[in-house]
Amino acid sequence: MHAIERYVRPGSLEEAAEILRAGNVTVLAGGTDLMPQTHAGRVKFQSVLMNVRRVPELRGIEEHGGVVRIGALVTITELRESALVRERLNVLWQACDHFASDQIRNAATLGGNVCNASPAGDTLVPLLALEARTVLASKPNGSLETRRIPLDKFFSGPGRTLKKPSELLAAIEVPLPPQGFVGEFYKHGTRPGLDISAISIAVGAQLKGKVLNEVRIAFGAVAPTPIRAPRAEAVLEGREADAATLEAAAQAALGEIHPISDVRASDWYRRELVRNMLKRVISHVGQL
Amino acid sequence: MSANCDIEFTLNGVKRQLSVPAGMSTLEMLRERLGLRGTKYACGEGECGACTILVDGLTLNSCLMFAVDCDGRELQTVEGVAASEVGARLRDAFVANGAVQCGFCTPGLMVQASHVIEHNPGAGAAEIRRGIEGNLCRCTGYKKIIEAIQAAEQKNG
Ligand SMILES: Cc1cc2nc3c(=O)[nH]c(=O)nc-3n(C[C@H](O)[C@H](O)[C@H](O)COP(=O)(O)OP(=O)(O)OC[C@H]3O[C@@H](n4cnc5c(N)ncnc54)[C@H](O)[C@@H]3O)c2cc1C
Ligand code: FES
Ligand code: FES
Repeated sequence: MHAIERYVRPGSLEEAAEILRAGNVTVLAGGTDLMPQTHAGRVKFQSVLMNVRRVPELRGIEEHGGVVRIGALVTITELRESALVRERLNVLWQACDHFASDQIRNAATLGGNVCNASPAGDTLVPLLALEARTVLASKPNGSLETRRIPLDKFFSGPGRTLKKPSELLAAIEVPLPPQGFVGEFYKHGTRPGLDISAISIAVGAQLKGKVLNEVRIAFGAVAPTPIRAPRAEAVLEGREADAATLEAAAQAALGEIHPISDVRASDWYRRELVRNMLKRVISHVGQL
Repeated sequence: MSANCDIEFTLNGVKRQLSVPAGMSTLEMLRERLGLRGTKYACGEGECGACTILVDGLTLNSCLMFAVDCDGRELQTVEGVAASEVGARLRDAFVANGAVQCGFCTPGLMVQASHVIEHNPGAGAAEIRRGIEGNLCRCTGYKKIIEAIQAAEQKNG
């Protein structure tokens, strides 16, 4: 473990961005990834540990002009208890409901889940299906600046993102899906919440009768980052979820994933899960 | 060695001040610095719930929480819960229902169960089961634990 030389607790976004600009900072939110990772030596502390809990700009869930802004510090429990999330971003709500345990949900933040950038991160898959974007704050030339990166461009590898060390994740923005948009999240593991997902799937679509529109499919734990599956989406767009269409969508998806073998599942088993579970999840969505 | 930081918080109703290394966990602070050994160390990585405590009224795994993050907050450990009315009911119900075998998981379960009962007083077996999902017990098979929590709940009403 590297020594932490200084511990700081900024009280505003400005102050936090200023500290980041000076460099060598480890950001602390809920600590549920950082503590085990530093303890096991997988991640080394920088010389400054910055606890962002007191930054008020990182809190809150609000809707303005058709966009839901979720502060980076919002916990999984807060998401799970939000009526707005439950009613309008239900596929994200489902992932929060399946997330770990009560104790972890009370500590774990959305920002931490996004910045940790695990290929299996459970909120990332529904957020991709909801076409979310990240809001990054920094202070490059003395004044606070923000830039936005769509989530499907944000992840660059396992644990890696396009966020610069001088940037803080301030919030996630989610455009409200169209009325009538329905979705389902599925996570495969043996201990329902606490397992790291062997695979996860989020499917969303707007139903007109039985016809699927605006189809969005995302996968976790089948590639170096969570991914969208545009070819499988295209197969389904404007169609009914009959057996032949489902099989064609599953085949398209198999061409879009790159699963590995690890302690949780072999690549073969992951492919079987994707093929079978994608069909099941889509047919559920088609009946919602 | 990490830098030391001065922190101040409320622990089981009493104000405490101390200086802790920035990388220390709350679990280590409670057990090694404050001598409160009721909170158990088992997995040390958030999987088992033996180290569960209440922070500002919500349960957390103290093995995952940085001790410096306790500053300004209100902590309750199993020692505090045991002294409360709900704690007393839970303790009696755990004993009466045979919900304790080796006892290692018991303090964490008492804290988590008190949280479930306070937040959802009418919780049925299924809700209790979900509420204690983050607490592992290697001995009892959970059935008696869930029965004990239900019994403690009923004495509530
Ligand atoms: C037992 C256990 C079970 C778990 N189960 C699940 C699960 O079911 N699903 C799942 O997806 N994850 C799970 N996790 C992983 C973890 O809980 C989540 O990834 C959580 O959301 C991380 O949030 P945090 O606030 O604790 O992050 P931290 O540990 O505080 O931070 C995580 C990383 O993000 C950085 N960071 C945090 N916030 C910001 C910010 N605003 N700006 C810039 N950088 C930031 C930190 O520097 C660090 O590198 C589990 C972990 C444990 C220990
Ligand atoms: S010791 Fe903290 S969860 Fe197991
Ligand atoms: S009684 Fe032994 S672990 Fe639960």
